[in-house]
Amino acid sequence: MPSWFMPQASTSAVEIDNLILMITVIVGVWFVAAELVFFWLIWKFRARDGVRAQYVAGEAKSEKKWVSYPHYAVLVFDILILIFALRVWNNIKISAPPGEERVRIIAQQWAWTFQHAGPDNILDTADDIRTVEDMYVQVNRTYHFELHSKDVVHSFSVPAFRLKQDAVPGRAINGWFTATQTGTFDVQCAEICGIGHGLMPAHLHVRTAAEHQAWMAEVAGTGAAPAEAADMGTGEVLAHADTARVQMGAMQ
Amino acid sequence: MSAHAIAHEAHGHHEHADPGFFRKYLWSTDHKVIGMQYLFTGMFMAIIGGFTVYVFRMQLAFPGESVPGYGYVNATAYNSLITMHGSIMVFWVAMPVLIASFGNFLIPLMLGCDDMAFPKLNRLSYQIFLLSALVVLSTFFVPGGAFGGAWTSYPPLSASAAYNATPWGAPMWLIAVILEFVAFLLGGINFVTTAMNSRAPGMKMFDVPIVVWMIVLASLVFMGSVGPLVAGAIMLLFDQLIGTGFFNPNTGGDPILWQHLFWFFGHPEVYVVLLPAVGIVAEVMTVFSRKKLFAYRTVVYTALATSVISFFVWAHHQFIAGIDPRMAGIFTVTTLIISVPIAEMMFVYIATMYGGSIRLATPMLWALAFIAEFLIGGVTGIFLGASGADVYFHDTYFVLAHFHYTFFPIAFIGTFAGLTYWFPKMFGRHMNETLGKIHFWGTVVAFNAIFIPLFLAGAGGDHRRIFDYSAFPELASLQPLRQIATIALLVLIAFQPVFLFNFFYSMFRGKRATANPWHANTLEWAAPSPPPHGNFPEMPVVYRGPYEYSVEGREDDYWPQHVPPDDVTVDGPVEAPVAAGGH
Repeated sequence: MPSWFMPQASTSAVEIDNLILMITVIVGVWFVAAELVFFWLIWKFRARDGVRAQYVAGEAKSEKKWVSYPHYAVLVFDILILIFALRVWNNIKISAPPGEERVRIIAQQWAWTFQHAGPDNILDTADDIRTVEDMYVQVNRTYHFELHSKDVVHSFSVPAFRLKQDAVPGRAINGWFTATQTGTFDVQCAEICGIGHGLMPAHLHVRTAAEHQAWMAEVAGTGAAPAEAADMGTGEVLAHADTARVQMGAMQ
Repeated sequence: MSAHAIAHEAHGHHEHADPGFFRKYLWSTDHKVIGMQYLFTGMFMAIIGGFTVYVFRMQLAFPGESVPGYGYVNATAYNSLITMHGSIMVFWVAMPVLIASFGNFLIPLMLGCDDMAFPKLNRLSYQIFLLSALVVLSTFFVPGGAFGGAWTSYPPLSASAAYNATPWGAPMWLIAVILEFVAFLLGGINFVTTAMNSRAPGMKMFDVPIVVWMIVLASLVFMGSVGPLVAGAIMLLFDQLIGTGFFNPNTGGDPILWQHLFWFFGHPEVYVVLLPAVGIVAEVMTVFSRKKLFAYRTVVYTALATSVISFFVWAHHQFIAGIDPRMAGIFTVTTLIISVPIAEMMFVYIATMYGGSIRLATPMLWALAFIAEFLIGGVTGIFLGASGADVYFHDTYFVLAHFHYTFFPIAFIGTFAGLTYWFPKMFGRHMNETLGKIHFWGTVVAFNAIFIPLFLAGAGGDHRRIFDYSAFPELASLQPLRQIATIALLVLIAFQPVFLFNFFYSMFRGKRATANPWHANTLEWAAPSPPPHGNFPEMPVVYRGPYEYSVEGREDDYWPQHVPPDDVTVDGPVEAPVAAGGH
């Protein structure tokens, strides 16, 4: 179960974990039952001297029911799982609560840039706060994010939020989350994106309203300037890539 | 072909200069020789694929340490190793061994004919396959190293050397994959045509052994799904080499188009390798239970249903890839639907044991292990097909453990079931049972010890294709799980020489096998062991289905397909029900 290992730090986390629990119970019962029958048959019908196997074609209805009844039951449980899976999916990926805050997330080989909307809560204005590898959000506020990639396919994954969305170059992909716990959580890149894929972490800092306001005030003067990595041209990205390669070569 | 001939096949590399050897074993059109060529090539590639996994699992368990036999693993090498492991194990091990090797060896023998419908096409198929294997292996040695963009090869990463830093590796990987697909297209045409036209007189479609049905259906699924991917692969090759922009958003292309083309093939591919394996399991289970297959027709229909539905599930690999999220609903439905025929097939197999007389010989142990392990792969697939849960599990070790619980039973457990079962037919000798059982228990226990920890790691958020987790403090506590998996892998690898020794030693020194040592019904056991060129001294005629075991009122508990009914003598006029094809 994910919650054994990972905090449930967003509203989606609870919902997804409950779905996973439900599926675990259903398929767990089926799995145990199937394996029990399986091993019981192996033991019960082990070869013994003088005992001949029976001739069972399995074509008669009275025989077939032993397979078809469980099979109908599988269908029923499939539908049950389907209903809950689609409900969760709908709540997380299709419908979204109204956004209270906005943030733009830009992935590239091999860094994350976060463009926070700043005090006016509107993106692409002078008070935007850009950061690299650190994202700052306020607890219990619904964030709408816009996900971009500058080069290859990346995936914005926050396991503690049970949030994952690929970033595709040429597309702006929208999503949302509401953090429910303060703290610092890992951001992963979950889609292989080249040599630096394993070295593309970021940190998501969830803070209380007061802490968040204080942070915005603190960086107000400095943060408006575009962060370095965010505005690199293609040539620079490649140069950056080369540097990273050299660095990683040196790690040997 | 004699055991001596196979000896040359395995150990005769020094004899390339001998024109007789060349014509007989490297330029042969005999389906059995071609089957063995595929088998030995697949076994060799499995060793390469196994070495790559050894290296990168050592890096994961003991990051930054020098790996014995390899050295330090950097990020570039790590990506190449995982890419090659995936590509080699799927395209150059599972495919050649399960479809091409068993297909070639078994189809003509089990249908009672002397060779494939197109023997020269068959030879060409292997030659193209061998070329593809050489191309993919050579990428380890080209400037920039082997391709490192994962076996799924998503563009733009795969489309430009500026992103993947493998200017030679990436295009050569694609060329190798395209060649491999061409080889299997030729093989598939042969399998389907042979099964349609070359059945022994009297063999109706529902008298065909399940494994032949499965290989033929797998070939049809392969031929139906591979076209879009070959087209896509050529488009990607153009993107790499001549600057087109099919998958490049900057020139109006779309990277997600590749994902659709890839998975439209990639998911049916799972069933392409699954079906032959479940076919092998059906043959072994019936023989070692002395039982008729429970509901033969149901097995065929579930396989047909699975084959058809497998074309409609591909986007469950792309739930969070940036496709319209409403599409996920459709693919969640189709994905859960495909669990219905597969579950039914498993129920049928379990039911086959009811009332049997089960003998746990090595092939049977493998066949039973296939069912027991594949069930885990099956039920964990539900978590991933359910879109809401997949959001969390996508691209974690949970996915990895899930598909290894399907692919390992398919490519290795199923193959070991088949090899240990047909070994007497292939080489005219028996494998050693004790060594077989040591290898079985060592492999199966170690296999579970690898992947159960990885299920847990995946549930803990461990994401894939990361060469060093030190950048992710949340995942630090999962390191012991990674180490258990790696140690179990070392154990698994340590048990494989037992098999190789048993296999090659028994080929020359094993106990001599009779024509039908397992008392099985299907036609390959009517041929001598090993079968000569042309297979049958006297072409068989079929009188009944393949699974007439323990028929009441008969002294023997088996009733071979080619044995005339008691009231018909061989000398008398043979009234075959349907003369399907001829010779």
